Amino acid sequence: MKLPSKIYTFLIFLFLYAPIIVMIVFSFNSTNSTGLMAGFSLRWYAVLFSNKNIMQALYNTLILAVASALIATVIGTAAAVGIDKWKKNLFRSSVMGVTNIPMMTPEIVTGVSMMLLFVFMGRVIGRQGILGFGTILIAHVTFNLPYVILSVLPKLRQTDPHLAEAAQDLGCTPLRSFFKAVLPSISPGIVTGMIMAFTLSLDDFIISYFTTGPGFQTLPIAIFSMTKKRVKPDMYALSTLIFVSILVLLILTNVAQARGENKKKKNI
Amino acid sequence: MNKKTSLGNRLVASPYLLWSVLFIVAPMFFVIYYSFTNSAGAFTFENITELAKYTDTFLRSIWFGVLATIICLVLAYPIAYIIAQTSSNAQRTLVALVMLPMWMNFLIRTYSWMAILQDTGIINTFLNKIGIGTIRMINTPGAVILGMVYNFLPFMILPLYSVMAKLDKSVIEAAQDLGGNRLDVVRKVILPLSMPGIASGLTMVFVPSVSTFYISQKLGGGSFDLIGDVIERQFQQSYNYNLGASISLVLMVLILFSMAFLTKFTTEGEGMVI
Repeated sequence: MKLPSKIYTFLIFLFLYAPIIVMIVFSFNSTNSTGLMAGFSLRWYAVLFSNKNIMQALYNTLILAVASALIATVIGTAAAVGIDKWKKNLFRSSVMGVTNIPMMTPEIVTGVSMMLLFVFMGRVIGRQGILGFGTILIAHVTFNLPYVILSVLPKLRQTDPHLAEAAQDLGCTPLRSFFKAVLPSISPGIVTGMIMAFTLSLDDFIISYFTTGPGFQTLPIAIFSMTKKRVKPDMYALSTLIFVSILVLLILTNVAQARGENKKKKNI
Repeated sequence: MNKKTSLGNRLVASPYLLWSVLFIVAPMFFVIYYSFTNSAGAFTFENITELAKYTDTFLRSIWFGVLATIICLVLAYPIAYIIAQTSSNAQRTLVALVMLPMWMNFLIRTYSWMAILQDTGIINTFLNKIGIGTIRMINTPGAVILGMVYNFLPFMILPLYSVMAKLDKSVIEAAQDLGGNRLDVVRKVILPLSMPGIASGLTMVFVPSVSTFYISQKLGGGSFDLIGDVIERQFQQSYNYNLGASISLVLMVLILFSMAFLTKFTTEGEGMVI
C-alpha cells in the first residue's frame, strides 16, 4: 500500500471508530461526565450490573433473538425448499417480490405498517394493550424470513436434484430423503441465515420500537429511553461490553475461516 | 410419485405463504387503509391534503439524504478500491473492521457523536484549552448529515468492495497496456464495471438516510425535523395513526420512485459498456 492510501485508510477507520473509542474511554471515567476525563474507575460497570431494568432487557433481547431466529429458520428453510422446485412463472416471481418487500421498505414503514395491523386486530378482538412479546416476535420473524430464504435458496440451486431422487429410488420416503440427502448439503446456508437472523434481531431498534408495548422492553429500546435523558457512562460501559464480545466472536470466526482456507490450500 | 412431490412442494412453502400474506402484504394494505380514513373509519382525503404542511420536511429529508448518500459514495469509493487491492488476509481483516461498528447499537454510536460534538464535548473542551474557544457543531444540519454518513458508510463500502474484489485485474492491465492513463482506466474501465455496486450502495444508504428519525433528534437537537421524526411523533406521541399512515405511504412511494430511477440510470450505464 502506498503512503496516500495508508493515510486515507487510517482516516476512514479513525472516523468509523472515533465514537467507539470515546465510548470505551469514558466508560472508565470516575465522574459522570461524557466530555471530560477525570480519572479511572470501574464504578459504571458496577452501576450497570446492579441495574435490574437493563439486565431484564438484556434477557428479553436474547430470548427474542433466539426464538425469532429459530422460527424464521424453520419456516424460511421449508419455504426455500418449496420455492426452489416451483416453475418460473408469475406466481413464483410475485412470491419472491413479496419476500423482497421487508428488505426494500424503510424500517420505519415496516414497523408502522405492522403496528397498524396489530392495533386494528386489537380493536377487532377488543383488547387495548395488544403490543408486547407476541407482536414483537411476529415482527422479528417477519423481517428475518427474507434473509433465511435468500441464504438457503442459492445452496438449494447448487444441490444436485438427482440426489433426492436417488435416495427415494433406494427406498427412502420423500421426508427421509430430504433429511438424509438434501439437508446436509444446504446446512451451511441454513446456518448463515440463522446467524444473520439472530444478529438482526439482537440489534433491531426501529421495528421493535413500533411493535412492542411497555410490558416487553428489549435492550435497544431500553437504551433509547435512557438516551432521552442525559446519558450516564453506564450506557458506555454496557456498549463497551457488547463491543468486546462482538470483537471476540469476530476474531474467532475469522481465525476459523483463515484456518479452513489454509487447510484447503494445503490439500490442493 | 411426481404428483405427490409437487403437492409436497406446495405444502412445505405454505406456512411461509400464509405468514407473508398476513404480516407482509396485509400491513401494507393497512397503511393504505389508514391513509384514506379518519379516526372513526370513514373515507376521507384529509390526511393527504394535510401533507402539504410537511412539504418543507419532505424536501429537507430528501436533500439531507441525497447529500449524505453522495458524501458516502465519495468517501467509500477509494477505500473500497484500496481494500480490494490488498492481500486476501488483509482484505478479510479490513472488511471485518468495516462491519464491526455496524453490529454496535446505532443509538449509542449516535449518542457518542453527541458527546464528541457538543459545546461541552471533547472537541470543544480541547479547543477551549488551546484558546480557540467553542465552535458550535451540535444541532446544525452538518451534524445531522455527519450522523447519517457515519451510520450508513459501511452500507456503501461493502457493496463497492464486493464488486471491486471481483474485478478482473487483467482487464485493468489491458487498459493500461493499450495506453490508458490512470484517469482513463478509472473512468472507462473501473467505474463502469463497478456500477452494480454503486447502485446497491446508493439505495442502501439513501433509504435509511431519508427515513431516519433518531439521528436528527439527537444531533439536530429537534430543529431539523425529518420525515421519520414526523412519522414517529404521529405514532408515539400524538396518536394520529391516519396522518402517520399517509406520511409513511408517501415516503414509500418516494423511495419506490427513486429506486426505479436508479435502476434505470445504472442499467443504462451498464448498457454503455456492452
